[in-house]
Amino acid sequence: MAVSVDEAVSAGPAPDHPSPARRVRRRGRGRSVLEVVLLTALAVVMLFPVLWMIETSIKENRDVYAVPAEFFGFTVTLDHFRDVFVGADGGRSALSVAFLNSVVVAGVSTVLATVLGVPAAWAYSRFTLKAKKDQLFFVLSTRFMPPVVVVVPIFLMYRQAGLIDTKLGLILIYAAFNVPFTIWMMKGFVDEVPAEYEDAAMLDGYSRLQAFWKFTLPLLVPGIAATAVFALIFSWNEFVFAIFLTSSDEVRTAPPAIAGLIGGTTVDWGLVAAASVVFALPVLVFAYLVRRHLVAGVTLGAVRR
Amino acid sequence: MSELTTDRPGQVASATPPAPGRPRRRLGDRGLAVAFISPALLLLLGMSVFPLLWALYLSFTDYSATRGGPARFVGFGNYTAILTSAQVHQRALTTLIYVVGAVTLQTVLGFAIAYLISRRTHGRGVLTTLFLVPMMLSPVVVGLFWRFMLDAQFGVVNSMLGSLGLGQVEWLTRQRTALVSLIVVDTWQWTPFIMLIALAGLTAVPKYLYEAASIDRASEWFRFRTITLPLVWPLLLIAVLFRAIEAFRLFDLVYILTSGGPGVSTETLSFHVYKVAFLGFNTGTASAYGILMVLVVIVLTQLYLRYLNKLKEG
Repeated sequence: MAVSVDEAVSAGPAPDHPSPARRVRRRGRGRSVLEVVLLTALAVVMLFPVLWMIETSIKENRDVYAVPAEFFGFTVTLDHFRDVFVGADGGRSALSVAFLNSVVVAGVSTVLATVLGVPAAWAYSRFTLKAKKDQLFFVLSTRFMPPVVVVVPIFLMYRQAGLIDTKLGLILIYAAFNVPFTIWMMKGFVDEVPAEYEDAAMLDGYSRLQAFWKFTLPLLVPGIAATAVFALIFSWNEFVFAIFLTSSDEVRTAPPAIAGLIGGTTVDWGLVAAASVVFALPVLVFAYLVRRHLVAGVTLGAVRR
Repeated sequence: MSELTTDRPGQVASATPPAPGRPRRRLGDRGLAVAFISPALLLLLGMSVFPLLWALYLSFTDYSATRGGPARFVGFGNYTAILTSAQVHQRALTTLIYVVGAVTLQTVLGFAIAYLISRRTHGRGVLTTLFLVPMMLSPVVVGLFWRFMLDAQFGVVNSMLGSLGLGQVEWLTRQRTALVSLIVVDTWQWTPFIMLIALAGLTAVPKYLYEAASIDRASEWFRFRTITLPLVWPLLLIAVLFRAIEAFRLFDLVYILTSGGPGVSTETLSFHVYKVAFLGFNTGTASAYGILMVLVVIVLTQLYLRYLNKLKEG
């Protein structure tokens, strides 16, 4: 399709035999305009649902259900955002408790995954180990297990250990699914720090451990920060384990709590939208902070460019 | 004395040796590697491998998590029951349609967007950032929100169709359209993923190749076919396989968007496992079902890792 439009643009206004160079330039411009239009259209389609969510979150209820839909000229209200944090009785809402739980669970599991994953990544990068490649591939493949399948035996395991409906249970399983990511992502960062730094430090009399701690680790801090941010996003967004392993309001994280809003007979879509906005905002901010590492991050550290 | 020279070869030459401190036993490289790696591996063994082995054991029994009682050994009974079940065949077909449909759409769209962006000189960063937003959202938020937008009565999609003079569509409540809706929503969320990877591949293509081609007056299509595609393809293949594995595992979007309905028209294998395990309470059967799914994932993962390895070495 692009070709035929191109042809039309360049062949149309050319009665006086323009030079080949000019024709190429003109065709280039017509094509470029078409490309910009296409890109804009695609961007609008991709972003519309996000904009619609934000709009819905600041609309009054009667505007939310208006038919035909109102795009502009509705009354702006922040009531839904208040409802996210303040309960009907004036106290803290169940949603705000869930948000707090999410912060705790995502935060602690990320710290755990980082503390376990970074040293392992360093060791995988520096030492020659038996079947290192196989070990690394095994580590990554655990991350690909279908959560619905893993959750059945985990559920039975947790029931035995009394970890059902506890934050600790969620923290452990989230740490376990973030460790493979941390190892793969951090191995890339460690590979970029020359091993010679450590060799030089060891010539100065430091032990290998000291060399890692005093020389390599400080250089890894930006990488660790980026890796931790991704782990944080993965745990924050996780839903499957959260819904099967927790049930009470005191333990439940935000994703199942938000999903729970549509359980009843009537759904307050304004509240759902406001809760979704509050939930998604930190993720978008964090993702923006690590935008340089996105390719590695979303492929679980497997692809680096 | 001899120990000191072998263990700390640089101490004599060093200008500022570190404080001697308490004498303590040094970890060799090997010990250090084991000490650094084993905690992470132990967590993975405990939280991933052990549960799967347990599931493997349960898959040969008639154990039920709710009924309790001892598990009776039934051999391959659960496996034959699943592999010969017409229900499972139907779910497998649904999953196949969904995976192939969604991943194909994402690949075509994602690559097209990446190609268009890569040809821009200005505003690349802003464009990329904007396009990436859907991918960073939680499937819960995505599922809920599309459910609202696709609502037959007050959904914005039908409202727009109405103002264009087109008929209303019952997106999530008709058998045929529900699966299409699922594919559309997944495509909306994950097209940015393919775009991101394709863009990484496209920007890595050396400029001089295009310059050489334009000196030879090669056509646009020829350049695309002989330079761009072969160089980006390996990376794109990785992205496609990655998405295929993720789509095969997908559960949360189905759960939120359609709950497998209407009827069983959007029940994927993941969703069916959940129903067998948590609503049917046949833990043994569900475990066998799960193990079979894990086998599929392992095959796909092996394929993915093999291509990844090739890409790293090449």
